[in-house]
Amino acid sequence: MSDSGMGAFWANLKALPRTFLGSFVRHGAPTSHRARSQSVFSNVFLHIHATRVHPHSLRLTTTWGLGVSLVAQFLILTVTGILLMVYYNPGLDQAYASMKDIHYVVPAGRLIRNIHRWAAHMMVFCVILHMTRVFYTSAYKAPREFNWVLGMGLFVLTLALSFSGYLLPWDQLAYWAIVIGANIAASPNEVIHAIGLPEAFNIGDIVRRILLGANHVGQDALLRFYLLHVIVLPIAMVFIIAAHIWRIRKDGGLARPGGTPSPAGKGAGSMTPAAQPPSAAPSKTYGLMCLVKGRSPCTGQDPDETVPAWPALLRAELFVFMLNMLICLVLGVFFDAPLREIANPGVPENPAKAPWYFLGLQEMVSYSALIGGVVVPTLAVIGLALIPYLDREAEPAGLWFSGARGKVVTFWSMVVGAILAVLSVAIPVNYGWLRNWFPDIPQLVIIAINPGSLVTLAYMAWSLIVIARTKSTRLGAVALFSCFLVGFVILTYVGTYLRGPNWDFYWRQSDWPIH
Amino acid sequence: MSGRLDPDPISRRDFLGLAGLWTAGAAILGSLVAMARLPVPRVLPEASTRFRAGSPLAFPAGTTTLLPERQVRIVSTDRGIAAMSLVCTHLGCIVGEAPNGFACPCHGSKFDAQGRVIGGPAPRPLRWLHVSQAADGALVVDTAREVSPDVFFQPMNVG
Ligand code: HEM
Ligand code: FES
Repeated sequence: MSDSGMGAFWANLKALPRTFLGSFVRHGAPTSHRARSQSVFSNVFLHIHATRVHPHSLRLTTTWGLGVSLVAQFLILTVTGILLMVYYNPGLDQAYASMKDIHYVVPAGRLIRNIHRWAAHMMVFCVILHMTRVFYTSAYKAPREFNWVLGMGLFVLTLALSFSGYLLPWDQLAYWAIVIGANIAASPNEVIHAIGLPEAFNIGDIVRRILLGANHVGQDALLRFYLLHVIVLPIAMVFIIAAHIWRIRKDGGLARPGGTPSPAGKGAGSMTPAAQPPSAAPSKTYGLMCLVKGRSPCTGQDPDETVPAWPALLRAELFVFMLNMLICLVLGVFFDAPLREIANPGVPENPAKAPWYFLGLQEMVSYSALIGGVVVPTLAVIGLALIPYLDREAEPAGLWFSGARGKVVTFWSMVVGAILAVLSVAIPVNYGWLRNWFPDIPQLVIIAINPGSLVTLAYMAWSLIVIARTKSTRLGAVALFSCFLVGFVILTYVGTYLRGPNWDFYWRQSDWPIH
Repeated sequence: MSGRLDPDPISRRDFLGLAGLWTAGAAILGSLVAMARLPVPRVLPEASTRFRAGSPLAFPAGTTTLLPERQVRIVSTDRGIAAMSLVCTHLGCIVGEAPNGFACPCHGSKFDAQGRVIGGPAPRPLRWLHVSQAADGALVVDTAREVSPDVFFQPMNVG
């Protein structure tokens, strides 16, 4: 009795490495297509991919690797961010000093900080490019409408993460960016005051107090932004990214011309297998796919049209990931993240500029805080999010610019958008604006009528004209998106390079007055 | 089939299930509301809005004095003493002196010497602040109390 018990024990002990490995890998070594597909299918992390992908999705010109770059950047930011948290201290008196320590004393601290900063810039840049590519390839069309909405959520979260991180060094850049940001959030007060309601109606004050934990930027604000930056926003980001990528799989892979399988949950709508698994394939792996509602990604097609996700997709992802690491590393080694003087509530920098991705907004805010800082951005985000619901034209998804007509509309919309954006800067710079012409003009008029609101209206009008002329909502959407894109680029350029001290206009930085 | 005269429109099982769901929903909603109250501060631990600017003798008539750490400018005339806030009424940057008044570095608001808006996005003139005198004679400026620009404070003589 005890003898056989001991025997079994020894045998189990000897087999331990194999049985342990087998218990968590659950299938053989990933050397065959079958085993690899099985591991993609059964591993909780890998199964966010489909087991097989269409070669169109792997082509560089389909995605430019942007979505995967965003995931890579988010991972890099998470890891470097946790490392920075080892030394960073969100106390009013310590924050700046701890940043200095990280930059000058902590081993590898400067490199990690630089990489964190550069990855953040790259993420903002890539999220704009990714949205642009998804838009122009019509990849937001049914059944992907809601994934586009999730994407808008990710877009806003990315900007919010960047901005909340901006306060943490507690230097001059940080302090004044948050003062301005918080006061933009409070800018509805402008209207309350302009129509003469008593102070008690200042909803802006309440918003600002929730954001800052006080009426002024101080310790409570620093702690709140720290909390947002390291916990609240990243957690939200992880969940939405997971849903975003999971949906790509459930929508049958990336949008492509000529045949997107019907969406999960629609179509057959039953739990019965929609198609027989290809006879050559092991029924276990592919049979499970048939339990998924609707049709599996490979039904109705020649199974040979798709390629296994492992290795084709995983290899591409690894490549994009390594490329992002490389770029961050090179930028981080050669270019230091800025750290200005410690925050000084008495003197802003002159000019005091927001981070680059907000300089277009700063340009509009320099006419009206409420319109430029709240109304236009909110309208833009809501408008973008609604695109898939307002343009429901069925058309070949995955085709850049929707073909020749789309290219023409894109081109002319960019021309119109650029002219209007340039005018919106050139006219006020050369001739002044309402207050210079009519000094006694009511404040409400100044708030409502300014270059930002006028250009937004003109863009909307242009896109309606395009819809009427082309009888196509898709081309209308193309017109609007192209206008906003080019307007954003131009205003960002103006804010970055052509604005100097006191936000005055200068062609060259060398023309700035010396003081 | 059932012999009841007044058949239930909804079965007991469904009713209990729905009641349970609604209770859970109400409980979650209630907790969310309660939690949302937490980030709204009730006490604002901030420095006093009043500060002592010094003896009136330090501000002889006809001079203006900048108090940068208070973001206030003291203007002294024969009619008395007044204090102007240097916080831009647009989005809260600190204005700097410019040839014909004040200019804001952040979005280019321009003000004249009286603080009236002459250009840029600022929605209101720079604020003039309430000035008073403490028992020992020192001037006291209250940054939370606005007064009209033609109000001047006549300090009592101090030894
Ligand atoms: C943190 C931000 C984001 C991450 C990590 C992310 C990630 C991804 C990934 C990995 C893909 C796969 C294909 C590709 O690389 O293009 C993808 C596709 C997609 N993304 Fe994003 N994305 C983000 C933001 C956005 C934004 C801002 C939008 C639009 C508002 C968006 C809308 C979409 C849509 C609709 C698809 C499906 C495209 C297709 O089927 O061809 N995403 N995303
Ligand atoms: S804060 Fe002064 S112009 Fe914006």
